[in-house]
Amino acid sequence: MKRVYINSVGSISAQKTYENNNFLSEIIEYNDTVIPALDPNYKDYIPPAAARRMAKGIKMSIVASKIALQDAGLEQVDAIITGTGMGCLRDSEKFLSNILDNDEQYLTPTPFIQSTHNTVGGQIALELQCKGYNFTYVHGSSSFESCLIDAKLQLEQNEAQNILVGGVDEIGEHTVKLLKLVDQIKTEPVKSSELLLSNTKGVVFSEGANFFVFSNQQQSSTYAEIVGVNIYNTLPKDGISYTAENFLKDYNLSVDDIDLVVLGNNGDVRYDDYYSTLTSGIFKEILQAYYKHLSGEFHTASSFGFWLAANILKAQSLPDLVKLNDKNISQFKNILLYNQYCGENHSFTLLRKC
Amino acid sequence: MDALKQELKENIIEQLNLEDMTPADIADDDMLFGDGLGLDSIDALELIVMLDKNYGIKLTDPKEGRTIFESINTMAAYITEHRSK
Repeated sequence: MKRVYINSVGSISAQKTYENNNFLSEIIEYNDTVIPALDPNYKDYIPPAAARRMAKGIKMSIVASKIALQDAGLEQVDAIITGTGMGCLRDSEKFLSNILDNDEQYLTPTPFIQSTHNTVGGQIALELQCKGYNFTYVHGSSSFESCLIDAKLQLEQNEAQNILVGGVDEIGEHTVKLLKLVDQIKTEPVKSSELLLSNTKGVVFSEGANFFVFSNQQQSSTYAEIVGVNIYNTLPKDGISYTAENFLKDYNLSVDDIDLVVLGNNGDVRYDDYYSTLTSGIFKEILQAYYKHLSGEFHTASSFGFWLAANILKAQSLPDLVKLNDKNISQFKNILLYNQYCGENHSFTLLRKC
Repeated sequence: MDALKQELKENIIEQLNLEDMTPADIADDDMLFGDGLGLDSIDALELIVMLDKNYGIKLTDPKEGRTIFESINTMAAYITEHRSK
């Protein structure tokens, strides 16, 4: 069975992550309830004629994909696997609004064509002229991790050598209104640096696209090895520590072997105790980091955490502003990621230094 | 007729997301498809819906579209003759 490596990264987020030589050296502090991703110059990556029908999620994904391919020194991949919680939300909203506004008449084709969840994977394939395996996972906040499992299995079995894998979600104006109504988005603005102190319901909502080239061949650009991934649709709060320990046991590791645990805390007072159970429990003596104060929350925000962990392992440094506690460590070897959203779709991912 | 042509150019730019284009960039006799503006079959569907919604014109024969959508001049002439709103 072959090992699986992260050979490159590409990220579009609410931070200036679209330049791979800039690992969180400039941080944007927000004070809001919804934070859009920063736009790179899309025209540098997508011909205007192709871009005119693309909503932001598609454009972000194509740019992140191209950055990842460039970082890996590749022009083509064997497969494209995309994860998205909500898909092409803006075109979905546009299409549905048109139905309502025009009494089910005068429906134009573009928003409908572009509104499906797998539009992103399709558009990336068209841009790259990639005729290989193309799959989209839509599974709430474990959509990205579902992609990881698929890619890992294919690469381990040598069914593919290089796979483009990514997570993307975009903000939709109407969806934001609905999420506010059901307390999924905070009602009062929160400063990024005070996210975990907010003590209120809901999250700071956002969007982004994080893409990676995974390979079963290590190369000079390699960031880390993907050792293990597991997803759990539901977990009781009192079962989280046991599940984490069992996950590590599958790879002959214990809590003490972990150098850093990267957590998906999003400041929602109703669900952050899943994380605090771990941080004040079995991982109390382990260095801890979080990232959703930088990226905001969305169904594939864990792909930003994955981007962060990959960069930490490659750079062997941890930016101070993501630290959750004051432990120090001289070398990062094993990083464990844990994420959940609204108490569902939990995931553990284990990355290792190469 | 000139006002209609200007309106058509503005609507085409908006409906078809022709970013970076202004009405002044489209000449009245420019080919809309092929070598001219480079519109494609999806744009043709958008234009058919636009004729129906804005001018009450229902195109039943797709072949008609080829001549009607040749340029802003041909579109304006057809709309002037057939519009119901």
